Amino acid sequence: MDLFVIPLLKILIVLNATLVGVTYMVLLERKVIAWAQSRLGPMRVGPYGILQPIADAVKLMLKEDITPARADRWVFTAAPIIAMVPALIVYAVIPFGDKATLFGREITLYITDINVGLLYIVSVASVGVYGIILAGYASNSKYPLLASLRASAQLISYEVAVTLTLVSVILVAGSLSMVQIVRAQESAGWWFVFVQPLAFAIFFIGGLAETNRAPFDMPEAEQELTGGFHTEYSGMRFALFFLAEYANMIVVSSVATTLFLGGWLRPFPGVSALSFLDIIPGWTWFLVKSFVFLYIFIWVRATLPRYRYDQLMRIGWKVLIPLAIVNLVVTGIIKVMLL
Amino acid sequence: MGEAIAFYTLSFFILVFAVLVVTTKDTVHSVLFLVLDFLFVAALYALLGAPFLAAIQVLVYAGGIVVLYLFVVMLVNLKRPPEAHEDPHRRTRFGYALSVAVLVELGVVAAYSHAIPAPVLAGARSVIPVSGNTEEVGWLLYTSYLIPFEIASMLLLVAMIGAIVLAKREL
Repeated sequence: MDLFVIPLLKILIVLNATLVGVTYMVLLERKVIAWAQSRLGPMRVGPYGILQPIADAVKLMLKEDITPARADRWVFTAAPIIAMVPALIVYAVIPFGDKATLFGREITLYITDINVGLLYIVSVASVGVYGIILAGYASNSKYPLLASLRASAQLISYEVAVTLTLVSVILVAGSLSMVQIVRAQESAGWWFVFVQPLAFAIFFIGGLAETNRAPFDMPEAEQELTGGFHTEYSGMRFALFFLAEYANMIVVSSVATTLFLGGWLRPFPGVSALSFLDIIPGWTWFLVKSFVFLYIFIWVRATLPRYRYDQLMRIGWKVLIPLAIVNLVVTGIIKVMLL
Repeated sequence: MGEAIAFYTLSFFILVFAVLVVTTKDTVHSVLFLVLDFLFVAALYALLGAPFLAAIQVLVYAGGIVVLYLFVVMLVNLKRPPEAHEDPHRRTRFGYALSVAVLVELGVVAAYSHAIPAPVLAGARSVIPVSGNTEEVGWLLYTSYLIPFEIASMLLLVAMIGAIVLAKREL
């Protein structure tokens, strides 16, 4: 029972919650951007358009699924799956909360806690790049190929900076396990965003670039590359790419919440005067923090214009990576001096 | 029992994908089989109780190096008919000799590691004052294997500088 049924139930719940969350992220994005531009956004399907994601899902499933005649069939079919799966299996190690008692049974609010949790997230995310590269290659068409080359160059560049910031967080926390990192923040008495502000800033910018979000949405710059790497995709396969992008956004915000914003901890866990806030369960804090992060993602998209490609590469290699290295070295020195 | 089944299934797939890597005509497909191969090797590490190695295997090989392979393959566009790949000067005999040499070497390593009694390995393990896969790897790298580790780092640094010098001829 404890070995199979409960983990399976948790996986089912997390998977479904993620997929529903992803579809409603799309609606939220359309609404927020519409408000930012003095429009109403989707209003027709259901009150205030809240049934729009369901209508979209039905439409995408019923649409004809076209494979271009000269495409590389196998790879063309595999690419959206390769993009989607890593975005979902990352949730296995994200701690949504500490423990909860449900029907007299104590349940941990994460699927598993492996002691290389953070490394697992980074390595699984690095496999997700294949979805984009292969989509561009298999389409056998010039715009998707250009877009996928751009995308993979961008992802590889920013992965370096992001991973370096993660290393400095690991140094401070002294563990690779996601749960242990939150506990380290609990015993330190403050969130790591106050200890590692620079790492947080680099992680945020790198996160925007790694999820191909504005102002770094170069791979799908529609003015230059029509639809980007998924130009030739239609129907449900296109939907998979779309879902993977939003699932990745949720992953980035959950990781940021866990590493920098104290995961399930209340604000200022070291200040006992605020302990009345403990009435609110930990998973609520986690969801609120992640939501704020996701909202900022959309806000940034509505506000900032897109960077040029060479500017993007320059920021990545000449600003973010050196800053991340300096941050790592300084963190290491301070850590050794204090011990 | 379950472990043995998992081990032989994984090994079977590793060998099948390895053969497919060298026999597939399409270069991109060949690179993709290489990725699958690396992922199965990572699963093997996880089975052996080395999660750190498994994660690094995926991160560095499957997610890092092969992406660059794929990049190069896509940029040079090897979509010529298979005949164009036939090289009359291919040294088939040299290839066979090299394979046999590697096989013999592997056999020797396997025989040698069989010869070490299990208590010695267990004793070596008890010297490590830290627990946890990641901590153990780190400890060994900075104590018993410090010099090989530093030499490997040096080699990587030299390769990096070499790449920069080659790419930027006028510095």
